[in-house]
Amino acid sequence: MSLEQFINEAISPWLKEDGPDSDIVMSSRVRLARNFEQSPFPLIADEKHMENILYFMEKEFNHRSYLQYKDLEFVKMAELKQVEKQVLVEKHLISPHLADKSKHGAALISKNEQVSIMVNEEDHIRAQLYFPGFQLEKALEQAFQLDDWLEEKIDYAFDENRGYLTSCPTNVGTGLRASVMMHLPALAITRKINRMIPAINQLGLVVRGIYGEGSEALGNIFQISNQVTLGRSEEDIIEDLKGVVDKLIEHERHARKLLMEQSELELEDRVFRSYGILQHSRIIESKETAKCLSDVRLGIDLGFIHHISKSILNELVVLTQPAFLQQYAKKMLTPNERDVFRASLIRERFTLEQKEEY
Amino acid sequence: MECQECKQNPATVHFAQVINGEKTEIHVCQQCAKEKGYVSQEEDAYSLHHLLSGLFNPKPNAINHQSHKTAGKELQCDKCGMTYQQFARIGKFGCASCYHTFSEHLNPLFRKVHSGNTAHEGKVPKRVGSDIYQRKKLRDLKVKLQQAIAEEAFEEAAKIRDEIRSLEKNLNHHEERDDS
Ligand SMILES: [Zn+2]
Ligand SMILES: [Zn+2]
Repeated sequence: MSLEQFINEAISPWLKEDGPDSDIVMSSRVRLARNFEQSPFPLIADEKHMENILYFMEKEFNHRSYLQYKDLEFVKMAELKQVEKQVLVEKHLISPHLADKSKHGAALISKNEQVSIMVNEEDHIRAQLYFPGFQLEKALEQAFQLDDWLEEKIDYAFDENRGYLTSCPTNVGTGLRASVMMHLPALAITRKINRMIPAINQLGLVVRGIYGEGSEALGNIFQISNQVTLGRSEEDIIEDLKGVVDKLIEHERHARKLLMEQSELELEDRVFRSYGILQHSRIIESKETAKCLSDVRLGIDLGFIHHISKSILNELVVLTQPAFLQQYAKKMLTPNERDVFRASLIRERFTLEQKEEY
Repeated sequence: MECQECKQNPATVHFAQVINGEKTEIHVCQQCAKEKGYVSQEEDAYSLHHLLSGLFNPKPNAINHQSHKTAGKELQCDKCGMTYQQFARIGKFGCASCYHTFSEHLNPLFRKVHSGNTAHEGKVPKRVGSDIYQRKKLRDLKVKLQQAIAEEAFEEAAKIRDEIRSLEKNLNHHEERDDS
């Protein structure tokens, strides 16, 4: 298979679309946790209950379509190879928990990969929707419609006082986790982000460095999400998150402007060095890859680099993860082999850009 | 207690898992919890265990003593069999009924996790919660009615009043039916 074909299949169709503020917000996600009223939660449920739920979900929803989410495909975890599950995790279509721990897990995934409904994860149902760029309100609106559609068939565990009942006390009430993935290179380079994170936490929001260990953000990609799910309406939760993200966008744009005014040459140097590394290296670790990709994407946003598509950051952070590399290589790779393969895949990807130019 | 995976860091995440009907205890550090997928990726930003341990185990060795004292006779969910002690240790409910069984102990926990909140605001299922949905709609309409009257939008107010009447009629029907 050519790299072009591989990328086409590897990158979720919705991720190739452009969304509002997509120079900074890579994607928006809304997730609803729901449970069946009559069945124990997956944590303690016996096999029979889990099988019943699997059977029910497959019978009612496999190959059904809803709105633009066509042909939901019912994928059973037990029928997938380890590397196939890992690919779904790297695409954020399923959680690591579903891939590793759930013997009776499954996911209903729409053709455009915008909707994924996990079955028998920590809760019986975890429905998530992704949108490109900054589109939290739209994501919530469509999640509500999807929820109503599921509810036509499922008797949800719901309590007038506590709301939607979930396995973990951190999800009870709305069962809503809304999040955005943000690329914040200027706030990270100037270290302003470190001062902003505690303030954001104070507002009941969680900040995570993505693709990194601990709080370190690899590739300057941060996820911001709500912590409180009880006692606030979904609209209010989204509104709070949206307010903070708006502020972050504003600060990031301002920091970029200052960087350009005060140290344009240093910034340009940094961008092109990273560009050089990605184009020419023969061995590259994921950490260095993420740093260089962030620099190149910033270089595109600031107009230093013209002839490379903006989607390259989105694409390559996904493609250079371990399971994708192994899928592309069609064999298991040792960490060292991975670094070699990663470098060659990146070089090939940049060659594709040049082909498009002529 | 040290992490059972890396045997280096202190274990900070504790819970039990049922694998093929066998309950296995798991004690790992935050890092291993994440790496092994014990903690779902989105939840690990703040440690739930940390929140819970402060509530349930003021002193590490006082667990039994404490929950016997607060729970009196051991509370147990008659639907899924989970005891209050198990819930306190795992930090997860076993089924929907657990919420009722442990109800009187939940407010302090919810307050801590959800910025002081204990009761749901927001979406209500249309079918299962149809009465709840209609009661909520009724409350919303009454607020709207007051606003309309305050703004002297009397035509609007009359419309809202009609809506309220038909909703109330509906709800009464339901309740009569439930009684029989
Ligand atoms: Zn460990
Ligand atoms: Zn229970």
